[in-house]
Amino acid sequence: MADTLTKTTPEAPGPRATTAARPTEDRTAAAPEQPAPTVIADAVDVVYRVHGTAASGRGAATAALGRIVRRRGRGGEERGVRTVHAVRNVSFTARRGEAIGLIGTNGSGKSTLLKAVAGLLPVERGHLYTDGQPSLLGVNAALMNDLTGERNVHLGGLAMGMSRAQIRERYQQIVDFSGVDDKGDFISLPMRTYSSGMAARLRFSIGSAKDHDVLLIDEALATGDRSFQKRSESRIRELRERAGTVFLVSHNNKSIRDTCDRVLWLEHGELRMDGPTAEVMREYERFTGGKA
Amino acid sequence: MSQLLDKPPTATAAPSGLSGPADPPSDAAPALSPADLAARHGLTVSGARPSLPAYVRQLWHRRHFITAFATAKLTAQYSQAKLGQLWQIMTPLLNAAVYYFIFGVLMNTRHGVPDYVPFLVTGVFVFTFTQQSVMAGTRAISGSLGLVRALHFPRASLPLSYCLQQLQQLLFSLCALVAILLAFGVPPAPSWLLAIPALALQFTFNAGLALVMARLGAKTPDIAQLMPFVLRTWMYASGVMWSIDTVLKDRHLPHAVTVLLEANPAAVYIDLMRFALIDSFHAGRLPDHVWAWAVGWALLAGVGGFIYFWKAEETYGRG
Repeated sequence: MADTLTKTTPEAPGPRATTAARPTEDRTAAAPEQPAPTVIADAVDVVYRVHGTAASGRGAATAALGRIVRRRGRGGEERGVRTVHAVRNVSFTARRGEAIGLIGTNGSGKSTLLKAVAGLLPVERGHLYTDGQPSLLGVNAALMNDLTGERNVHLGGLAMGMSRAQIRERYQQIVDFSGVDDKGDFISLPMRTYSSGMAARLRFSIGSAKDHDVLLIDEALATGDRSFQKRSESRIRELRERAGTVFLVSHNNKSIRDTCDRVLWLEHGELRMDGPTAEVMREYERFTGGKA
Repeated sequence: MSQLLDKPPTATAAPSGLSGPADPPSDAAPALSPADLAARHGLTVSGARPSLPAYVRQLWHRRHFITAFATAKLTAQYSQAKLGQLWQIMTPLLNAAVYYFIFGVLMNTRHGVPDYVPFLVTGVFVFTFTQQSVMAGTRAISGSLGLVRALHFPRASLPLSYCLQQLQQLLFSLCALVAILLAFGVPPAPSWLLAIPALALQFTFNAGLALVMARLGAKTPDIAQLMPFVLRTWMYASGVMWSIDTVLKDRHLPHAVTVLLEANPAAVYIDLMRFALIDSFHAGRLPDHVWAWAVGWALLAGVGGFIYFWKAEETYGRG
């Protein structure tokens, strides 16, 4: 499989700057070859630790002080801490140009897996390798409701690591795509005056303005009206062509079918199935009992 | 070639490909282990801590975010108030008025301190800068978990940004202070320029302290509940509303206490600011080696705090 790649492409260990051009090179060099991997999960386990769940019912302050004291005292297993084993032994390889859907019932570990891929949660066991820095499409936390939409576009762009020049260049695109200005000059009003749909559209618009190597989307398509959902789907296809790999977590089976060509199905944190969208979705729908 | 897995795949299983029937796993050469595949394509472990120089570089790339975030926080602060940004100046003035009423009028600490109002107001503003930076630093990570968990950026951006917000706030206060100084007949002097290096040193000190508190607060958010008491004690010991040198003159305190009072970083920065701005606060009232103390504290806190914070970079917002 992948090991024939370096034999036929001499510059394979070369600088990463050439990655964008490589998938096509690979295809010409070795016909059945796969594009370069962007995310490799190797038997990944993610475990949450929840503090302050001691049965004694003490307040957080005393419990925390107690924890500090105890840690200094012994340093063994902490009491009053519960662990949640959210992702168990998941392995997969994602490649450039793929759009991968993550499905599963509530609490099956989809979002946790996404956060681990983004490097925002530590991996308990196993390894996660990524090409560059995968980014979650979620700029929400950086935005402030008391600021105008315009300032939020700048703030959100900067928070994602765009330069001021890049933001200026894409500013109009972002505003147009969000459609916030369709019903008057809303972009110069504080975001707290927006309807929830408008705010969600602006957030998606800001979040998807940056080119990502690996883009992780968590239920983003569930928001907005039907016409905006259509636009976001086409935006994701665009991002996928420009960028590397897109991961999409959604409970909307239709949007998974429309955007993804491969699906990972998680259940109880375990990878239950991995394959082409149609096959996995058929099994998943049988499992959940009819079309969702 | 999808597979329905009843049991979780074993760790050594080859990553399942997607490209359909063209490459059944059986005809492939022995599959690469995921680690080898990652190494071959230059993939790196997600979320690892960068080296210190790389971290500084990342932070420098985010400088616009740091300033924009600080300004945004500052603007958002009073955006719901009717008087709006006027509160930037009203809040420190009201603060100073309360302290003047209690310590200047009721308790008469002003006795023997020339230019008591400028003396007090300078002390209050300068200490508030450190106090608020420490408080904001303590909550910088624990209060922005959503941001930390959603986006990737050097985490030191947050405490630094909060300190910058406090610096901006202080600059508003200084406008009020200048008005007070002139109103109480303190003449403008070239020595006012000394306020700039004094503030720069204090900002470095504050930032370092905020970084330390940010790491502690991220681990144990409850520290934020404790800090107001620590900070209030610190304030009363720092000669904000009483004059350290006047008190020391009258009493025969042990030498260690004298040194401790005079080397206290908050007292050092307050004294420097008073020395710069108030003409009756002459060099004779400054403790020995005060600039050396100021630089020393700034370097110790700034460099030490930064490294201390960076050491736990990969743990913020996790678990």
